[in-house]
Formats: sequence, structure tokens, C-alpha cells
Amino acid sequence: MRGLSLEIERGELFCLLGPSGCGKTTVLNLLAGFEAPTAGTVSVDGRPVTTPGVERTVVFQGDDSLYTWLTAVENIEFGLRLAGVEVGTRRVTSQRYLELVGLGGQGHKYPSQLSGGMKQRIQIARALVCESPILLMDEPFAALDAQTRATLQDELIGIWQQTGRTVLFITHDIAEAIVLANRIGLMTAGPAAHMRAIVPVDLPRPRRRGDPAFGALYERLADMVSEEVRRAGARA
Amino acid sequence: MTIASVENARQVPVATGPRRPRLGLPAALVPLASVAALLLVWQVVSATFFPPVLFPTPIMVGKAAVAEIASGRLLRDSLVSLRRIFGGFALGCAIGASLGLLMGSVGLARRALDPYIQFGRFVPSISLLSPALIWFGIGEGSKLFLITYTTTFIVLLNTLGAVLTVPRNKLRAAQCLGATRWQLFRLVMLPASLHGIFTGMRVGMGLSFTTVVAAEMIAADTGLGYLIINSRLWFQTDVVFVGIITLGTLGYLADKAFQMLIHRLAGRYAPTH
Repeated sequence: MRGLSLEIERGELFCLLGPSGCGKTTVLNLLAGFEAPTAGTVSVDGRPVTTPGVERTVVFQGDDSLYTWLTAVENIEFGLRLAGVEVGTRRVTSQRYLELVGLGGQGHKYPSQLSGGMKQRIQIARALVCESPILLMDEPFAALDAQTRATLQDELIGIWQQTGRTVLFITHDIAEAIVLANRIGLMTAGPAAHMRAIVPVDLPRPRRRGDPAFGALYERLADMVSEEVRRAGARA
Repeated sequence: MTIASVENARQVPVATGPRRPRLGLPAALVPLASVAALLLVWQVVSATFFPPVLFPTPIMVGKAAVAEIASGRLLRDSLVSLRRIFGGFALGCAIGASLGLLMGSVGLARRALDPYIQFGRFVPSISLLSPALIWFGIGEGSKLFLITYTTTFIVLLNTLGAVLTVPRNKLRAAQCLGATRWQLFRLVMLPASLHGIFTGMRVGMGLSFTTVVAAEMIAADTGLGYLIINSRLWFQTDVVFVGIITLGTLGYLADKAFQMLIHRLAGRYAPTH
């Protein structure tokens, strides 16, 4: 990654799109504070990012970030437990988020007893519970089947509209980016990746894949992505 | 033109219900039948081809066991060995797990202690018997030292491995939810490593049985190892076998009990449960 600049507005759902290996996750790791830039600056709300912080919670790719020894509810309320919130209060809060992600009644189960889609819902609830204004999501639905993915995309939009958080959503799925985003940031292929274009998505919600405007935007983005993939292939 | 088609197909799974072994035995009886068969073969072979002093029959061993139990010697020697094992095992688990957690979470400790770990891995505990006897005498001290040494190493290595392989996202998730260093250790690293630590302890218990017997054979006047070596001197081969079978049985029972304890107290820490 080299010379990458990106600004995300308060309250928007921003999708970062790019060919695999271009450094999308690195952008997220920088914003989360997991990694430090070798040059340049990363800042959130005007303050430089140096360490992870509760105002930027992360939903990880895959399910190995869940705590297998804790139940669904205990996973969700983990952040509250870290903050020293007493059990009674945090049970009430986590129950609310459990219902928000559509898992009411499943709170006593362990992650191993839940499906892939349910586990990602737990991760989302766990990231939401601290009331962090910013949600960083790293291809959270990539490993799910198409049906579950579509359902969770709709639910994410609902949650985003209800809670008003700022969301950075990383994906390599063009249609997913169009369904979700206010704006799509398209990255060039690595190495030395940077932003190629910022594409606003003005389609009314809910967005339907059959809509001609959806299709036209898809074509435009797909052309740019395949151009990047070709350039990467020519270099390799 | 049709090249492939499926019409009105029906497919029924071939095997339904729980599988049964070919002989028609319930699965739980198979190990028992296997042991019974072995005893039978042993009886026939030893009675036909060997004098009792070389290879006593299971019936002779059984009679010797009854005599050793009646005299109280078997129980006494078993208890002596078990006390040594569990004393050293407990101490070794405590030291090994603590050091492993320390090395796993503090890079300086890991680098500073690494040479000793790499060296000690190749020094079997029994080779330390001579210095142990000089330092701690022929009594309990030297056995306790050796078993502690054995257990410490295996528990330490397993603990270290478990801590170092905790998935990075588990730690990062806690960091972005605001975990302090201590919370990260107590609420993520430790519970995520418990299963690996317990596995090390189970292996350590097995090695403790081996170590105590070796030590008792060389330098002791009590314990199962002593019973075995002493009976050999008197050509009581049947008693030798009583000692061996007691060892295997006690080890098996101890491991089962430990496994059940882990399952009861810490079942939720197993990676899949």
C-alpha cells in the first residue's frame, strides 16, 4: 500500500472494494489501531489513532474471534464486562442487542452450537454493545451462503439506520457493496495500492438487484475491478 | 437429445440405526471380550511352553495378587507410589503452568528462559537421579524432585504452545473492546489456553508414573517400583506381574478420573463442546 488517502463521513456506510490482496484489511487494521502506518497519518474525529479503542469496534472475517467458552450472551456483553458494568445491567443490555440481531432465545448457546450466520450476528452484536460510534467490518459475510448473506445485508442496513453508526465495510463482492454503501471506495491492485475512485451510490433503498440502475453501476464497477485484476496479472 | 437424466429416483441410506460390529457384540463389550481373549491366550501359552518362574499363568498371578492384597503390601506400596506421583505432579503442574503462562505472555521471559527449555528437553528425569540422591537423600525428597521435574517440563511446553497459538483475532477483539493488558491475559489468553494446559497435564501424569517406578527401582525400599524389582530378586515372577498390572490399572484410573474432573470443572474450555 502506498500513498493511500481516504476520508469517511460521520454516519455513512462506506464500502471499501478491491481485488484480493490489495490491502483492504490493512486499511481496516490501521483504523482499528492494530497496526501503525510506516508513513502518513491515521486519525479519527481529528485525533491520531495509535492504539485500539472502544470508539472503533471491529467485526472480523471468520469466526475465530468469538470466545468459545462463553455463551452467546456472554460474548455479546464482553465489552461491558471489560468496562466493569455489573452483571444485572449488562444482561439487560446484551439481551436487547441479542434481539436486535435476531437471536432472541438463543443467548444461552455456545458458539459451537450456532450456524455461521448466527456467529456473525453475535460478532455484530458484540461490536455494537459498547455504543461505539464507528463500526469496522472486515468481509464479515464472505464465508456465508448466498441466502444468509443477503439476509444479513438487509439486517445490517436496518441496524445502521436504527443506530446511526458510521460503518466501514470491507468486501470484494461488488453487488454487496452496491446493496450496502452510501459511497464505494475502489482500491487499485497491490503492490503499492491506493484509492482508484470513490463512487457515490445514489440508488434509493431498499436496493434491488433487478433494477437497471443497479445493473449499470455493477457493470461500471466490474469493469474497473477487472481492469485492476488484469494490471495485477500483467505485473505478476 | 438427452445425454443424462434422472427420473423418479429414490435413494435410501444403506445402514440405518447405530452400527453394530460384525460379531453382533454391543460396542461396550468389545474391550472386555478382547481382554478375556488375551487372558485365555496367556493362560494357554504360559501353561504349555514356560516354567512359572519365567512366565506365570494369569491364574498364578491372580493368586499372588490375592496374597499381596491380604498381606497389605500391595496397598501400602501402591499408596506410597501414588503419594509420590501426585505430590510431584501437583507441584510440577503449578510450576509448569505458571512459567508457561509467563513465557507465553512476556517476551523478555520467553527469550531469557528459552535456552534452559531447549536444554532441559533432552535431559531425561531419570538421568538426574544421581544428583537428586546426593541433594535430597534416598527418601521422599529425591522422588518428589524427579517427578516435579518431569511434569514441569511437559506442562510448561504445552502451556507455552497453547498461549502462543491463541488466534490473533480473539486478542484483537478484546483490545478493541477496551481490554487492559491484565484483562487480556485473564479473560482471553488464559481461558483460550486452558485446554492445551490440561492436555499437557495428562501427558505429565503418564510420565510421572514412568518416572516414579524407575526411581523406585534404583533407589527405594517402598513403592510399586521397589515391589517389582525386589520380587524379581526372589524369583517371584508372579508378584512382578502383579506390580505391573497394578501400575497399568492405577494409571488408567488416574487418567480417567483426571479427564472426568477436567470435563466437569472446565468442559466449556474445550475447543469444541
